[in-house]
Amino acid sequence: MVEATGPAVVAPSRRPRRLSPAFWLILPSIILMLLLFAYPMFVGIRAAFVEGDGGGFTMANWARMVNDPQFWPAVRNTVLLIVVIIPLQFLFAMIMALLLQAKPRGSAVYFYLWAIPLAVSDLAAGLVWLSIFSDQGYLNSVLVDLGLQPFAWLSYQNPQTQFLAVTLAELWRATSLVLVIVVSGMQGIPKDYDEAAAVFGANYWQRLWQVTMPLLRPSLQVALILRTILAFQTFAVAQALTGESFPLLVGETYRWYSALSNPNVASAYALVIMAVSMVTAVIYLRALRDESRQVKR
Amino acid sequence: MSQVLNASFSRRGLLGLGAGLAVASTLAGCAGASTSGGGDVTFFSTQFAPVEEKQRFEKILTEYVKDVKVGFNALPSAADFNTQLKSQVDAKKVSIGVAAAIHGDLAPLGDYLDNVDDLVADAKAAGITDDLLTLGKMGTAQQKYIPWMQASYVVCVNKKALEWLPSGADVNALTYDQFLQWAVDANKANGKPVFGFPAGPKGLYHRFFQGYLLPSFTGGVVSRWTSDDAVKGWTWMQEFWKNCNPASTNYEFMQEPLARGEVLVAWDHVARLVAAPKDKPEDWIMVPAPIGDKGLGYMLIVAGMAVPKGGDKAQAAKVIKALSAPAAQVELLRQNAFFPVVKADLPTDLPGPIKLAAEAIEKQATSPKALLALPPVGLGAKDGEFGQVFKDVFRETCLQGADPKATITKYATNLETILAGAKVPCWAPDPAADVCKVG
Repeated sequence: MVEATGPAVVAPSRRPRRLSPAFWLILPSIILMLLLFAYPMFVGIRAAFVEGDGGGFTMANWARMVNDPQFWPAVRNTVLLIVVIIPLQFLFAMIMALLLQAKPRGSAVYFYLWAIPLAVSDLAAGLVWLSIFSDQGYLNSVLVDLGLQPFAWLSYQNPQTQFLAVTLAELWRATSLVLVIVVSGMQGIPKDYDEAAAVFGANYWQRLWQVTMPLLRPSLQVALILRTILAFQTFAVAQALTGESFPLLVGETYRWYSALSNPNVASAYALVIMAVSMVTAVIYLRALRDESRQVKR
Repeated sequence: MSQVLNASFSRRGLLGLGAGLAVASTLAGCAGASTSGGGDVTFFSTQFAPVEEKQRFEKILTEYVKDVKVGFNALPSAADFNTQLKSQVDAKKVSIGVAAAIHGDLAPLGDYLDNVDDLVADAKAAGITDDLLTLGKMGTAQQKYIPWMQASYVVCVNKKALEWLPSGADVNALTYDQFLQWAVDANKANGKPVFGFPAGPKGLYHRFFQGYLLPSFTGGVVSRWTSDDAVKGWTWMQEFWKNCNPASTNYEFMQEPLARGEVLVAWDHVARLVAAPKDKPEDWIMVPAPIGDKGLGYMLIVAGMAVPKGGDKAQAAKVIKALSAPAAQVELLRQNAFFPVVKADLPTDLPGPIKLAAEAIEKQATSPKALLALPPVGLGAKDGEFGQVFKDVFRETCLQGADPKATITKYATNLETILAGAKVPCWAPDPAADVCKVG
């Protein structure tokens, strides 16, 4: 929220001289970045366009990816998951954050409880939910105890309940990330604004929409970008719950890389995910930035 | 920590320390994945990577290999095993003593393996059959490996399921039609399917199509891919799948649903079945796979012990000989459920499940209709994609109800692409042609 209001620092007069010490100081990190990021990235991108291990240029990997029977279902599932999960997660996180903001008794305890899923690895989270939804899991045991028929929640024959299970597990696992960001954003908002609005007679909803939400925008933007990019990477939960019958893009990347030992097609998948993530991030940045400028005018 | 940080180092001293550390770590990096394993001879294997199996096998090594000290090193990825062995031989710096892997993993390494012809006499004396030894030649005139152990896939049956066996059927010599009828009748009687199939992400169901269904129906796999017999086979599979527990798409090791009672009859790799009858062996039987029009197709997994070119053959020979001894082979069966390749009288005190499996494997291999199939040979890293074609056909025909003929025709091109890239000769049961082609 800090803005540079003063004039820019005057640049020192330019004259030919030895490279500045700053260059030498950042040189190791540049080398490290080149070695650990740029080079692997180059190799990864190249792999998607060559044949086998360093062969000639080819688009065959892309053809194989698109023709794979699991490709379009994976795209569809990934997009569907994001479209359903992200709004729900923001809704839940906002409600939870506002509840915490009201400082009920033991709010610190609630916050820690709600943040627990952050500490759980996604595969572990998937396994926890597997023990609930599997055919002889807790949910079915409860149903049987109530005298109802057990239901095959995770069977390939019931894609809707498969989707429901994955959605629930992801909601449980990843909402806390949004919550933590939103809570920290809320704590950064000075109370004065809210109190001032209250003095002028604004009711709770007006204060929420006119005061809190606009001030929370930067936090929401961060959370939105982070969460969407992470949502494109969802797969351990789906893998644990449904095996291969609910394909997701990253799961397919993993399958092509490890089970099918074909790093070329896996790279093509990874590039698709990267491209889509970047496009979404840019869209978010544009959408939220333009609006905030208008507010300032 | 703070003491260390506060301690005054001279600048030169610090630089020296840093340089020393850098050199040390670089050298350590050069060593790569160590294959020394801490012994006179390194036993390098794709098998027994899980820690319990590893410990049990290390115990066998210390107990049965007396002459030399053996370090055991397991690398479950066949591709990594391949790279490691090739790079050592190419660099003429071989630290691998014995390279042990299944036939299909050793086959592409033929040029990198020393011949072990001088060990054949001992192997024959120990009772290793000529058939297995011939496999160990890998299509050359020389012996490339000495068979080490074998395994196969059989059917595990909870005795409860026997009551729905079609009348007049012999559970040890079922035809595919009888097997299907059994599944249908059991389904009707229970109101739900009680047969299972390891169709989970890590299940070995593609081996069923490669080694059992297609060989039994068509007499081949790749060479008969689009034949009418193959259509018949996949149609059988569609019907059979309708009588399998739908949770099968999550089953990986059939012993788990069997032990839980979720399914009563299932086909799988013996190592993935033996835990099912552990508690009450008397409630279970294991039987050979069904028989089709073209015979009893069954898949044989043979692991062999080879010596890389440039390795210490004399030392390796001692290990190979010691592990070929019947007593060591029986111990391996007892501990890790891999079956002897030598003639060994199975002791009567074998654990119940292993005895069941041993009997079923023997019945299967010695059946007059037996038709041997091997896991893909020489495909190396392409084995995954090759298996995926079978899995894809299964998904489309069985899970999505697509027409078998159209589906196998569609996937013939995929199969062709993979084989064209690999350029390998066909393996059993397909006739050995120069380059394997889809028929």
